[in-house]
Amino acid sequence: MALPLKAEHASQTEDFGSDRKIVKFVLVKKREEQDDSRQGDVASFEEALLPHLDAAHNLARWLLRNEQDAQDVVQEAYLRAFRSFRGFHGTNGRAWLLTIVRNTSYTLLKKNRAADLTTTFDEEIHAPTDESVNPATILEHSEDAELVRQAMDELPADFREILVLRHQECLSYKEIADIAQIPPGTVMSRLARARARLKEYVTARISKEK
Amino acid sequence: MNCEEARELMDGYLDSELDPITNQALEGHLRDCPACEQAYETHRSLIRVIGNATPYYEAPAGLRERVRSSLREEIAEQSTRKVAPDAEPLFSRRRPESRTVLLGTPWNWLGLAAAIIFAAIIAVNFLSRGHRPEADQFLATQLIASHVRSLMANHLADVPSSDQHTVKPWLDAKLDFAPPVVDLSNEGFPLVGGRLDYLDNHPVAALVYQRRKHFINLFVWPVAGDAAKATTSMAHQGYQMLHWVDPDFNYWAVSDVNEKDLQEFKQLFEKQIASR
Repeated sequence: MALPLKAEHASQTEDFGSDRKIVKFVLVKKREEQDDSRQGDVASFEEALLPHLDAAHNLARWLLRNEQDAQDVVQEAYLRAFRSFRGFHGTNGRAWLLTIVRNTSYTLLKKNRAADLTTTFDEEIHAPTDESVNPATILEHSEDAELVRQAMDELPADFREILVLRHQECLSYKEIADIAQIPPGTVMSRLARARARLKEYVTARISKEK
Repeated sequence: MNCEEARELMDGYLDSELDPITNQALEGHLRDCPACEQAYETHRSLIRVIGNATPYYEAPAGLRERVRSSLREEIAEQSTRKVAPDAEPLFSRRRPESRTVLLGTPWNWLGLAAAIIFAAIIAVNFLSRGHRPEADQFLATQLIASHVRSLMANHLADVPSSDQHTVKPWLDAKLDFAPPVVDLSNEGFPLVGGRLDYLDNHPVAALVYQRRKHFINLFVWPVAGDAAKATTSMAHQGYQMLHWVDPDFNYWAVSDVNEKDLQEFKQLFEKQIASR
């Protein structure tokens, strides 16, 4: 009589033991699943957005005009993007990322260098377009990357931004409006003003060199 | 189309962004007007050359790795902080089931005792984790980030309305809980709207109030488990934060107003809820 009871008892104890293991197992499994899903999140995030690293860096570099700041902003922007990635259901990852890069850049600009955001136009340096410089000369000098870079760097941030988005990223007016947070109807006129100003600056530099 | 109009539209034409009708009209003008045609050609080639000459700053070597490792750090930080509280309901869901099994076989007291001890150890573990100051610190950082984002990205409210009877149903429909919404316009804290947010691994309601030129984000989500938390006030990264708990909800108010205003806001908010 004692023997069967013992056997029954033993099997019950064993059952309980395994039950406890199940609880543990479920906990561990849940943890693993979470880790897996996070790894999966990172993988799909990286797949969607890391290809746009150059675009992100280029925009930040032009806006901040400083390599170190640009890299900091890119890192911060990727973190912000990752935190809200689950909320992103769009298809245009590049435009979405650039919006975040742009906002992060402006936060830094506002914090550190309020002066950068205000348009400074020095009439002394930038004499009105010298009509004596003919288009062919301008064209010739415009191929000089260093000269163009200097002229670009002198433009206000919103002009630099729109020129980078249009000429280097080849984005549509609609995409530019979303990223720069301006009405679509403003894109063309701002772009026209930015180009006119850039042309002016390039011309001014050429006539100074002459 | 006259010359002035044509010059204004030139950039849009250059970028192929004009609608077909305007496009045709401009092309017609360029055919008829040599001066504009000349100006367009010059503009076009110049823009192209400048565009090509503008340096493109490709990401330097190392930036990709830097971004990837910061993402991994973020993940690591998230999993040490979040696994425990998430796992807790799973265990308590399971417990009643195993208890009935145990009670059905009353002789297995040893096993029951072991289960209780096991549960106690886990519970103690979770509680101490939940109250770790770093966890609060981290939540504070998340709250501030959310507050700042809401002001920065022009995304203060999903449902911009000063009417609590508009904001509340909207939030109720989107969440699995019904956050309290009150209007405090008469008390100097008008309601601006409501927004959905995602914090600490769950969806939360963000109510936006205004205090003069400043905004207050009030984050609300249901209390989980232990609610015995005192009101805490803290300043973090230059923002003022106030945390309190009522029997149903967790509240975090985040703003750049001073502590006194935030305390006043809390009192008015609680008074309004109590009077309903």
